[in-house]
Amino acid sequence: MPVVNNTDSGTLVADPAPLAQPGLRLPGQGGRPECGQAPACYHCGAACPTNPPRLEEKAFCCQGCLTVYELLAENGLGHFYDLGPQAGVRVNRPNSREQFAFLDEPAVRDRLVDYADDAICRVTFRIPAIHCIACVWLLENLFRLRPGISRSVVNFPRRECVVTFDPRAVRLSEVVALLASLGYEPDFNLAHLDSRRTDPAARRLWLRAGVAGFAFGNIMLLSIPHYTGLNAAEQPGLRMLFGALALALAVPVLVFSASDYWRAARVAWRRRVLNIELPIAVGLAALFGQSVYEIVSGRGSGYLDSMTGLVFFLLCGRIFQHKTYDHLAFDRDYRSFFPLSVTRLRYPVSAQSSEPGYETPKAGSRGPGEERVALAQLAVGDRLLIRHGELIPADARLVAGRALVDYSFVTGESEPVARQAGDHLYAGGRQMGGAIEVETVKPVSQSYLASLWSQEAFKQNRRDTLDNLTNRFSRRFTPTVAVIAVAAAVFWFWAGDGARAVRAFTAVLIVACPCALALAAPFALGSAQRLLARRGVFLKDPHVTEALARVNTVVFDKTGTLTTAGVTSATFEGEPLNDTERCLIAALARHSTHPYASALTASLGEAGGPGEVADYREEPGAGVAGRVAGHEVRLGSAAWLRDGGVAMAAPTAGPGVCVAVDGRFRGWFRLASPLRPDTETLLAGLAAGYELALLSGDSERERERFRGLFPASARLHFHQSPLNKLGFIHELQAAGRIVMMVGDGLNDAGALKQSDVGVAVAEQVGAFSPASDVILDADQVRSLPAVLRFARQVVRIVRLSFMLSSAYNLVGISIAASGLLSPLVCAILMPLSSVTVVGFACGATRRAARRVGLPAGSAPAGQTGVA
Amino acid sequence: MSAIYLLLPISLLVALAFLAAFIWAVRSGQYEDTCTPALRILTDDPPGNRPRKQLSPRSNATTSAHER
Repeated sequence: MPVVNNTDSGTLVADPAPLAQPGLRLPGQGGRPECGQAPACYHCGAACPTNPPRLEEKAFCCQGCLTVYELLAENGLGHFYDLGPQAGVRVNRPNSREQFAFLDEPAVRDRLVDYADDAICRVTFRIPAIHCIACVWLLENLFRLRPGISRSVVNFPRRECVVTFDPRAVRLSEVVALLASLGYEPDFNLAHLDSRRTDPAARRLWLRAGVAGFAFGNIMLLSIPHYTGLNAAEQPGLRMLFGALALALAVPVLVFSASDYWRAARVAWRRRVLNIELPIAVGLAALFGQSVYEIVSGRGSGYLDSMTGLVFFLLCGRIFQHKTYDHLAFDRDYRSFFPLSVTRLRYPVSAQSSEPGYETPKAGSRGPGEERVALAQLAVGDRLLIRHGELIPADARLVAGRALVDYSFVTGESEPVARQAGDHLYAGGRQMGGAIEVETVKPVSQSYLASLWSQEAFKQNRRDTLDNLTNRFSRRFTPTVAVIAVAAAVFWFWAGDGARAVRAFTAVLIVACPCALALAAPFALGSAQRLLARRGVFLKDPHVTEALARVNTVVFDKTGTLTTAGVTSATFEGEPLNDTERCLIAALARHSTHPYASALTASLGEAGGPGEVADYREEPGAGVAGRVAGHEVRLGSAAWLRDGGVAMAAPTAGPGVCVAVDGRFRGWFRLASPLRPDTETLLAGLAAGYELALLSGDSERERERFRGLFPASARLHFHQSPLNKLGFIHELQAAGRIVMMVGDGLNDAGALKQSDVGVAVAEQVGAFSPASDVILDADQVRSLPAVLRFARQVVRIVRLSFMLSSAYNLVGISIAASGLLSPLVCAILMPLSSVTVVGFACGATRRAARRVGLPAGSAPAGQTGVA
Repeated sequence: MSAIYLLLPISLLVALAFLAAFIWAVRSGQYEDTCTPALRILTDDPPGNRPRKQLSPRSNATTSAHER
């Protein structure tokens, strides 16, 4: 289980704003098993063992939780438990400062800290375990627990905590160790180090909108005399003052607030393409030019109110669309998968000779010959110690120990493979079982796993921002407007009214400025993005909706996508086992760390107490054997049983564990990863409108099972390497299909990147998922058909909004072409069209979400609050 | 009407003050996390041991150790 196992626990989160935050779960929604009468841990709420450690009548599930409780109670932070009963995070392993000692090395430290001088150091930690109000409170009270920490501030949506401390009083590793001891171990990884997040764009957008809004409001006030028809000519002084002030207010809007539009228009002009910004820029220029002329020449008060209002509305649209889920990483690559540090074995002679810059570990040593080093400092030839559950960080050769490597995340192969000393191990595999010693043969960046990222698909920036709905519409719209403007000018010129010709020309450009048009898509797509996020579907940016609507082929990965990852169910086949036998098997299986053994233990449940196993033997890739309560028990492959002298009828096929008790074959456990609930309905729902395909890195043995689930036309491919998957998507695209890939592992990363829409399925939103366009909460895989239907509806709504805004433009242009456009008409028409288009776009999107039957807020991201 | 010559600049100055406040708020990062403050306000600090001076994330750099 991951470190965090309590994303629920009756936490009280009384805030309406972060509804779209993943991880805020309602009580009873989360994954904590309710376990009989066992008391719940006072700290974390997990079920306590039979004889739990107790303190002051309070039961705890483990010593770790008890320690945290003591620490909090001693420092007067007992209030933590009032904020959310059992709100703590389970501390499931002992932490020591030594474990994090590598963080104190200057090379690592410098990349982690945001700011450091002699007296002050500030670090931003990503802490995925933050899940409730009590977490925020506890983390912000860190300074009470450790002198030297001066301040800590939590950013809840991003799951971040900024800690400021005095490096003379407390080391970075001590801060991290303190966090880890409380259960809030920060998440460090390579990618996080390399890309420091800075998002000045959002700040600039707020500033621009603020300035535009300020100017808009004040210019409207200054225009009141004009609106009310007061004859300003009677007071030339006042008119001059009003005009000058309005101009002074409008200039920052034109120069600062609208600068993005100028830039985009210039780009479009240089690339000889039409985008929506070009007519906007022309409109703004026409508005401002006409206004300056009118004010300076004293003919009128100009259109500055319309101009600033237009910029203000446009920027509001941008802010609305700028909703980013920056706590979710859509661009992760393999480096995020790797830990920040590894255990290096120190061989005094070779180490010192092979590395010139080698530092003798001071605090870093964790016992004789072992040290934690940053992954970045890893060199070819280093000896590493990989423990159970740890990743192999680089391609390596197995030196000692018996390796059982789970490559499921890298290749999709669900069965772990056994390797012997001397064998080559690929990076990204996870060691199951005991500790092994390996020698790296390639640097991290050149390992097998990294090679996928050198593919073409990762180099191209696929989505051209110029190719979106709005710009496509604009390509028809802009030339039409230009023709009308010229035609109007020519007409009035021929009619002999030169002044009117100029006025009509600029008026058409002004009124055709596609403000409402530019707002339709941001508001419709932006609200679609929000509505989906509330249901556990997170889009990288609003434009993904457009791509979703065009999809006509859906490709699924098997492991972790259609089936649940990591969970294996075991069903026994053969003569039913009696209770004693179940106890014997469970007792033996508990001794092995092999995933099959864990699956057996899980399915046999708490059968009997812990039996003593004598004469325990384990052969990787074969099976285990031992004597339990006087009975000889063998679990494993058919060959393993035969080696032990068990007579067997026939070798069994497929993944399974054969069982023999006292030399007699008893049957076998068939192992399968269960399908996600509603997979049948999901596939049936999609089969009607989409071409389907399955790509699995796994072997053929489950073909039959999936053949029945998919429609007859669907292509099912097994034994697919990451490169095969990428190639398959490419092939489909070459045949003109618009492909959506749904996958979860690194082995799907290439396919996700190549596809038109890559959907990464994540058991825990916010935990690792490969680069993608959409991150989908695993519970929501079944709502994919509804999501696709919704995307099509939204695109239709955007088109209708375009029609609506074109209708307004038609009215405006016909007035303008006749040369009768007054600033007042302009000032009314522009906001009116914008507001109605925005209202329509938002309202219709909401209605569409209800109509297509998107499950209303059932996702973890859904409604939270005081029930 | 001549009062307008005086009142208009004054009203603009007031408006500018609000604009300046807005710009300060954006620049000090108050628009970056609109969620956590809403959570924070629901919890009370234990009396007495108040946290040290609250600083905006930007201005942290200017503080020194003797604030402790």
